[in-house]
Amino acid sequence: MNPLAGYLLVAALLFAIGLAGALTRRNAILVLIGIELMLNAANLNLIAFWRYGPHPEALTGMMFAIFSIAVAAAEAAVGLGLVISIHRHAHTTDLDAMNRMKG
Amino acid sequence: MNFAFYLISGLAVAGALAAVLLKNTVHCALALTVAFAGIALLFLKLGAQFAGFAQILVYIGAVAILVVFAILLTRGSETPKDGVYSKFPLTGLAIAAAVFAVLGWAVLNSASVLPGAGNSSAVAPAVTVMDIGNALMSRYVLPLEIVALLLTAALIGAVIVAMHEKEEAK
Repeated sequence: MNPLAGYLLVAALLFAIGLAGALTRRNAILVLIGIELMLNAANLNLIAFWRYGPHPEALTGMMFAIFSIAVAAAEAAVGLGLVISIHRHAHTTDLDAMNRMKG
Repeated sequence: MNFAFYLISGLAVAGALAAVLLKNTVHCALALTVAFAGIALLFLKLGAQFAGFAQILVYIGAVAILVVFAILLTRGSETPKDGVYSKFPLTGLAIAAAVFAVLGWAVLNSASVLPGAGNSSAVAPAVTVMDIGNALMSRYVLPLEIVALLLTAALIGAVIVAMHEKEEAK
């Protein structure tokens, strides 16, 4: 099998697992974990295309992945801060129980 | 395609599955760390040393710790009485399976035209950390500054969002 296709299949599987977790879990933190898995699968695609692409010395895919890691770190910090703040107001992290916008 | 690739991807996929399926939230966070480590190993196997070690530092070192902190601060480790899955788990599973089917179909159908089949890609590209640093300081300096601004804003924003609001209460 083509090595690039193997990496792309693994990334697709990780993305699907993350999506299933984000869509089916009740706990807001578990939903964030699913989103992190999806971001990592996308990074794996970027690195795999950088490695097997025609011009790896241009570093495009590598830079994309590095910036994506930095943005994902910011996303995780703000997301978990929001979860903690919501837990302080609503005393739950159950997404099905959060059904009003008023604090 | 060799044994190491299958072993590492099996580790990453098993960690991801455990992170999504386990009932105890703390166990989920630990399994997530395993999945992150597997993905970092895949990066290293692809010859992207800098991205692999950045993955280990950022995800295993920071994000996993943040997740554990959030779980313990929200008492999320207690398994809820009415199950860990939302009201319509089958819909979510169906959507995820459909997404994987489409992605896998697209990859397998285009496997013959993807780059990387030839002998020329057998050797990993020789990219040192110095090359990455030079690129970050020359061609990618504007995105680097924007990311620095974004990280500062996210840091301040996360602290403000999660801060106690005692003054507001009175």
